[in-house]
Amino acid sequence: MPILEVTNVTKEFGGLTANKDITLSVQEGSITAVIGPNGAGKTTFFNLVTGVYQPTSGEILVEGKSVVGLKPDEVAKRGISRTFQNIRLFGEMTVIENVLVGMHKHLKTGLLGILLNLPSTRHEEIEAEKEAYRLLEYFDLAELLNEKAKNLSYGAQRKLEIARALATKPKLILLDEPAAGMNPKETKELTDIIKKMGEEFGVSILLIEHDMKLVMEISEHIYVLDHGEKIAEGNPDDIRTNPKVIEAYLGSGAVQLGQRSETNANTTVE
Amino acid sequence: MMKEKLIGFLQNKWSQVILFTLFVVITSLSLYLSQKSVVAFLLLLASLLILYYMKLKNLTKWIIGGGILFILLPMASSGGPAFQSYMEVATMVGIYVAMALGLNIVVGLAGLLDLGFVAFFAVGAYSYAIFATPQASNFMPFGSYPLGGESFWIFLIIGGICAAIAGVLIGIPVLRVKGDYLAIVTLGFGEIIRIVFNNLDRPVNFTNGAMGISSVTPPSIFGIQLVFPHHFYFVTLVILAFTIFAVLRFEHSKLGRSWKAVRENEIAAQAMGIPLVKTKLLAFALGATFSGMMGVVFAAKQAFIDPTSFTLLESFTILVMVVLGGMGSVPGVILGAALVTILNLQVLTELTNWVNQLTLNGIINVPDALSPAKMQKLIFGLLLVIFALYRPIGLIPAKNKKFDEKKLKTNRLAIDRENTVAIDKDNV
Repeated sequence: MPILEVTNVTKEFGGLTANKDITLSVQEGSITAVIGPNGAGKTTFFNLVTGVYQPTSGEILVEGKSVVGLKPDEVAKRGISRTFQNIRLFGEMTVIENVLVGMHKHLKTGLLGILLNLPSTRHEEIEAEKEAYRLLEYFDLAELLNEKAKNLSYGAQRKLEIARALATKPKLILLDEPAAGMNPKETKELTDIIKKMGEEFGVSILLIEHDMKLVMEISEHIYVLDHGEKIAEGNPDDIRTNPKVIEAYLGSGAVQLGQRSETNANTTVE
Repeated sequence: MMKEKLIGFLQNKWSQVILFTLFVVITSLSLYLSQKSVVAFLLLLASLLILYYMKLKNLTKWIIGGGILFILLPMASSGGPAFQSYMEVATMVGIYVAMALGLNIVVGLAGLLDLGFVAFFAVGAYSYAIFATPQASNFMPFGSYPLGGESFWIFLIIGGICAAIAGVLIGIPVLRVKGDYLAIVTLGFGEIIRIVFNNLDRPVNFTNGAMGISSVTPPSIFGIQLVFPHHFYFVTLVILAFTIFAVLRFEHSKLGRSWKAVRENEIAAQAMGIPLVKTKLLAFALGATFSGMMGVVFAAKQAFIDPTSFTLLESFTILVMVVLGGMGSVPGVILGAALVTILNLQVLTELTNWVNQLTLNGIINVPDALSPAKMQKLIFGLLLVIFALYRPIGLIPAKNKKFDEKKLKTNRLAIDRENTVAIDKDNV
């Protein structure tokens, strides 16, 4: 059963069509990638799914229920979490507090509970802290728990964003260029984490990424966007050899060149 | 060598305690024995700041601080004829500290710049003043007014609730805008509320307009009427203690985290499931509550209120306290509020008196327009500029809670169901 089903979604900003008639689905427990050149409308698509923008037309279903018209926090309550292309951590807060914010919606205590520091509030808080710490351990950030998030290195900030998103206990997590700005070693580490976290946290993953090595290695299904339209979909091998994809990335000349010299298009894309 | 020894000596807990005790004893004795010594009074208050930096347990600090404020300060200052004026200043400090702590929730934690905060103070003050004078009989069909002095205690809560409601009502339209726009809109609403109180004498006389409401019934408890500043000093102190307690609890809860998250990044906060409007409204309402409660105290203490007590300058003053002390930092805001209030009520007044004395004696001739009491706005402006340039984090910057790694470390396998159930049982 697909966890996310998007049908014929279009988003227009005035005269500009950022997403046109996109249909896409993410199967439960899978890792799905959305790729495409810069300005193809990938992040707009993420913003549509998470409720930051509302689609001009089309339908978005999470577990069979529509999320169109919901605010981002309401979409989050339906079990969708995300990271951001330009890191959006709570910079002045500590690393562990960032993760604790992610747990916000699972903390039940009310005003009175907070004011009187009732046993249930205390218990809930301690459990949340321990859980946050375990998440930090998972991402190798445990030693930095009391550091301000803004003081972390770039790679650590990216990892913290994923940890924070996982803290909401999502069913589907959207990763917007998780490896952007990382060095090869960090990217390798991240690839491993993403691969195993889907299983360990029981979360389906939808990711945008420019690092083709990462995408080809971990995705089960790939969608390709260009100029706001879906131009291809399929498993990594299909995408590698798809002439439309090569054209989108390298221009039409590359396709002809590829055909003429009969080299494997797959190496050109990689 | 000497310097190192001195530092070592000062860092030792027991030498700190001895020096602190000496300091407190000397200042309180000189306050008690001298007829009027503003310096001794201020130094005794400053002992609380020293206490904050001492190497003692938090609980010990609270007990010592409470002892100084509840017992030592009133006793030491009761020695001379200036007793009531000291208590008056201390009461005003308490009122402003509570208000600044309320504004700190809005500005410091939730990051919403509110330039009309005094409106909530006004709502609290008017809610008591109207019902504790014959004013209420103008529009209330039942009951006899003024209400007795005992009603004050209920009105502390009612005033707080009224202010919270006002906070929500203003917040709903205002919180649609962000940043600079928010500041301008709140400024407008602050003025609107004042002008509404100014004009609400027709067609039905609610507030008696610009004439203000006079002879507000003084509060009473166990048959004693509270009329003197030292009475209100204790009332203020109790409410202030509650305010500090509540604000600290809020700050270190999921609520405080959600405020800070909204301040740091609205989009990310929302993506984590934090409802923006609700969270911001809660900041407005809770901040307003403390302000409203102190409004009730203010109305009872002054026994007279009119719209001129709630001008824009008051809102700015409270904001200066928060910025000066350190946005988002409870100890900082307390210090900032105390400093600004004392500067206003004691230092500038004393300086003016002194300058007047000199002018009278013909030593120097300072024109009236240049008297220090009139420089309040200039000094605030300068303070803001200096702090914005050289210390934007404030006097005592906000600190994040430190988590103890050892307490959080648990063997992953050991956390099973039985374990959690056992903890549950302990708590019940």
